[in-house]
Amino acid sequence: MKTYALAALIGAVSVTSALADEDADLVVNGDLEIAVRAPAPDHVNLPEVLSGWLFRSDETQALQTDDFDNPGMIFVDDARETWASVEGAAGESCQSCHNDPESMAGVRPVYPKWNEEAGEVRTLAMQVNDCRETRMQAEPWGYTSGKMANMEALLASVSRGLPVNVAIDGPVADTWAMGEEIYYTRYGQLELSCANCHEDNYGNNIRADHLSQGQTNGFPTYRLKNAKLNTVQDRFKGCVRDTRAETFSPGSAEFVALELYVASRGNGLGVEGPSVRN
Amino acid sequence: MKLTRRDTILAAMGTAFVAMLPMRAAATTEDAIAEFTGGTTPGGEGITLTAPEIAENGNTVPIEVSAPGATEIRVYAAGNPTPDVATFMFGPLAAAQMASTRIRLAGTQDVVAVAKLADGSFVEARQEVKVTIGGCGG
Amino acid sequence: MAENVTPRVRVPSSATAGEEITIKTLISHVMESGQRKDSDGNVIPRSIINRFVVDFNGENVIDVALAPAISTNPFFEFRATVPESGTFNFTWYDDDGSVYEDAKEVTVA
Repeated sequence: MKTYALAALIGAVSVTSALADEDADLVVNGDLEIAVRAPAPDHVNLPEVLSGWLFRSDETQALQTDDFDNPGMIFVDDARETWASVEGAAGESCQSCHNDPESMAGVRPVYPKWNEEAGEVRTLAMQVNDCRETRMQAEPWGYTSGKMANMEALLASVSRGLPVNVAIDGPVADTWAMGEEIYYTRYGQLELSCANCHEDNYGNNIRADHLSQGQTNGFPTYRLKNAKLNTVQDRFKGCVRDTRAETFSPGSAEFVALELYVASRGNGLGVEGPSVRN
Repeated sequence: MKLTRRDTILAAMGTAFVAMLPMRAAATTEDAIAEFTGGTTPGGEGITLTAPEIAENGNTVPIEVSAPGATEIRVYAAGNPTPDVATFMFGPLAAAQMASTRIRLAGTQDVVAVAKLADGSFVEARQEVKVTIGGCGG
Repeated sequence: MAENVTPRVRVPSSATAGEEITIKTLISHVMESGQRKDSDGNVIPRSIINRFVVDFNGENVIDVALAPAISTNPFFEFRATVPESGTFNFTWYDDDGSVYEDAKEVTVA
């Protein structure tokens, strides 16, 4: 049954795949080269890791090659204002501790990562909210809220082109293993795992959609579909929902583990956020 | 060709779809164009409409129109609930009578650009844009 | 006034007299089409930017009428002639009566 369901979905090959330019290179603003393919890390069962950018049509690809054409950059500008705004009882802004957003270059590629003090794996969203609550004494943002997505986009934008490089061993090993197990577990009435689509069938069409490897180096991503930034765990939720399953919640231990594991599958790909996807 | 029951049903559905759905919108578009051109039939030269053959998402479809010497270019989407998309009027400091924008298309349909040239004549370009409906795009 | 409406424009800061330049504009705006319904089934009222005008030193470059079929965060690219030093004025008109403006100076060397 499970094989049939996927075969039926994948079987509906459409012409869109002909449009994707899989040989293209991503250069932003004429001079910022971003690695959209990389040798597969040892722990990844793929011949090569490929950014979702490679699976999009020429028109969608082009939207990401110039910051003015990339609508996601509107939200980066919005987050720059937030960055410098004092909020909360402590009278602090992000700027108060971290200076310019550019000082955060190199942060996005290594998240999710272990936080020794807290004794937990933290995503960027968790770290941002910890700053807001502990340092600023401000209200935390919703995990996948617009404010959070915008801030994640700002933090990604200053790391664009740097290779994703999350740790998978040491104190994060258990969380990573949990993420791996979720990745290969079939969920929902369609009984699909992440791997069924994004490892076994990337490059094929699922109805009219050109399946990517499900890499996360482009998040948050501006989707043409809803014309706003989408966080990675929001996308996970959409994927799991499409298997006709009850989904995990953004911020849950399961999705944090999955975010770490999926990020590690893209170690070596350049940070693209905010990327543009369909 | 062997006609199966499935083919027949699909063909019938296709015919019904073509016959019923787009006709109303198409008629509205032709009315809108006729109103612009005063009923004259536009020529086919001197205007370029650039649009993707296939749009990955109908919500954001990049298009470009260009009609050297035009005073005004109107863009219509024949399959949308209302056909009007945009009207570009070019002033004396327009270096070219061209513009790019991003538009919404409710489904696969013709996009039409009609330009009014300086001599008062009209030219038209149209192109079908296929809008894909996502698989798991959700 | 619609929320979080921020205009962005890209214009070269200098040009030669009579040079033809490319201008890009983007404004954050939901462009609510009036075709959508909320979760209770009620139609969400139309709320769009309906007109966009660009002038240089008071003379018109382009004047655009926008329908609800223009995408969220309206983007335009077009070409303008710069006859002398001066200022491009960009004006967006919202259904709700709001007017958003931006200006860019260009120096002719």
